[in-house]
Order: sequence, then C-alpha cells, then structure tokens
Amino acid sequence: MELFVFVVAAAMVLGGAIGVITRSNPVHAALSLVLTLFGIAVMFVSHDAQFLAAVQVIVYAGAIVVLFLFVIMLLGVDRTEDVNIEPITVQRPLALIVSAGVVGIVIAAVVSSRELLGRPVGGLDKTTLSAPDANIRQLAREIFGNNVFAFELTSVLLLVAVVGTVLMARRVKSNGAGK
Amino acid sequence: MLSAIQPTSSWYLILAAVLFGIGAFGVMVRRNPLVMFMCIELMLNAVNLTFVTLATALSNINGQVVVFFVMVVAAAEVVVGLGIIVAIMRRRNGITADDLSALKG
Repeated sequence: MELFVFVVAAAMVLGGAIGVITRSNPVHAALSLVLTLFGIAVMFVSHDAQFLAAVQVIVYAGAIVVLFLFVIMLLGVDRTEDVNIEPITVQRPLALIVSAGVVGIVIAAVVSSRELLGRPVGGLDKTTLSAPDANIRQLAREIFGNNVFAFELTSVLLLVAVVGTVLMARRVKSNGAGK
Repeated sequence: MLSAIQPTSSWYLILAAVLFGIGAFGVMVRRNPLVMFMCIELMLNAVNLTFVTLATALSNINGQVVVFFVMVVAAAEVVVGLGIIVAIMRRRNGITADDLSALKG
C-alpha cells in the first residue's frame, strides 16, 4: 500500500515538475505546479505530517498559485512563448550538467548513508502518536515552546512583506500631491 | 510479493533530489520571470520534502518545525517577488529576463 501511494505521488510530483519547466504557456505551468504541490502533500501525509499537508494545500495550492494566476492575468502574459529560442547556445547543456551534478551528488550522499535511512518509513514516536491530533500537539509544543522567538519574528516578516508590497505596487502620484 | 516492498526514506530523498534538480534546471533555462519563480517554488518544495523525510527517519519533530517556517518565508518571498514583477511590467512591456539586463549595473 505504501508502495502504491509512493508511486502515484512520485508520478504526480515529477509529472508536474516536468510540466512546469516545459509548458510554454505560463497558465499551464502554474496548473502543473498545483499537481506537484498536491503530490508533495500526499507524501507529507504518508510521513505522519498531517498538519503540514493541510498547510501545504491551503497555503501553496490555495494562496500562492492563485497569486501567480492573478499576476499572470493582470499582466496579460498568458500567451504562449517560444521556448525553443536559445539566446545563449551553451546555456542549456551547461544548465543540464550543473543540475544533474547536484542531483548526482545528493543521490551519492543518500546511497552512502543507506544503512541509516534504509529502514521502512515508521513514522514519528508511536507512543505519542496514538491520539488523532498528536502531530499538531507535538508541532505546537515545539513552535510555541523552543521556537517562540522565531515564530514572532515571522509575524514581523509577514508584516514587512505586506507593507513593502503595497508600497511597491502603489501608483506614484505625478503632481507630488502625495507628499 | 509486491506489497513486501516498502518505500524507505532513501526513496523519498532521491525523489526530492530529482525534484530539486528539475527546479534548478528550470531557473537556469526559462526566460519568463514568473516561470522562474515557479521553479524556485519547486526547489523549496524539494527541500521541504527532505526535511519531513528526515524528521520521520530520525524521529525528530524539529524537521517539521523548519518546514513550517520555510512555508512562511516562501509565502512572503512570493508576495514581494510578484510585487516587484508587477512594478517592473507596468513600466515596460518586456516579459523576459533578458529585457531586464539593465539591472545588472
């Protein structure tokens, strides 16, 4: 059963990722991104991270992709671009070599530590995971306990991001009446 | 027989590495700044999957806490980045990264 879930979710993730980088229409790329994000959410569930899976669907698929689609429609760039134009001819082979090198290094590291990671996915501490809300309980204890300062800093970060975006996207008055 | 095969943590880590590689390739190849942003999201999700997998493999909830903060920072980053793109596109019609080469200083 876990194998079946893994294969289906991996097909969703990889198919969506290939779609993001190959579709020439930005709207299709954004919809492929949704497929990838749902696949990642399925994998979060199979790793006993139910809260993160819900947040993944709500924040990424619900908010970020919708924001992408808003901007695509607002700017009117939802037309097909020619992905076969190569201004720098060496760029694609070079990019392929670099990204394949990164993947190869990581896979080599994973394979060399497979006796640590080779156990079947067992989940977190099962004694504390008996309750249905155990994942949220553990996560909340960690976030509001040891990491409460970082949590407060993220609220400041979100406020700064909102104010900065409003400031950037605002139309500047030409007659200087806004001063 | 087939049900005897259990996916281990290594499978998830290798999948995350491949996803990261696809995202990195897209950032380096695509010219549309919006699609480049989507590829950055792919890379962030690959890292999130790695964190969650290792949190399970090592029985440590801190990996999931890090993923929580990564999601918050990613949301803020997308908001600011799309705001910059909208502000640039309002002044000029070029939609590729090549048209913004004046930013290189």
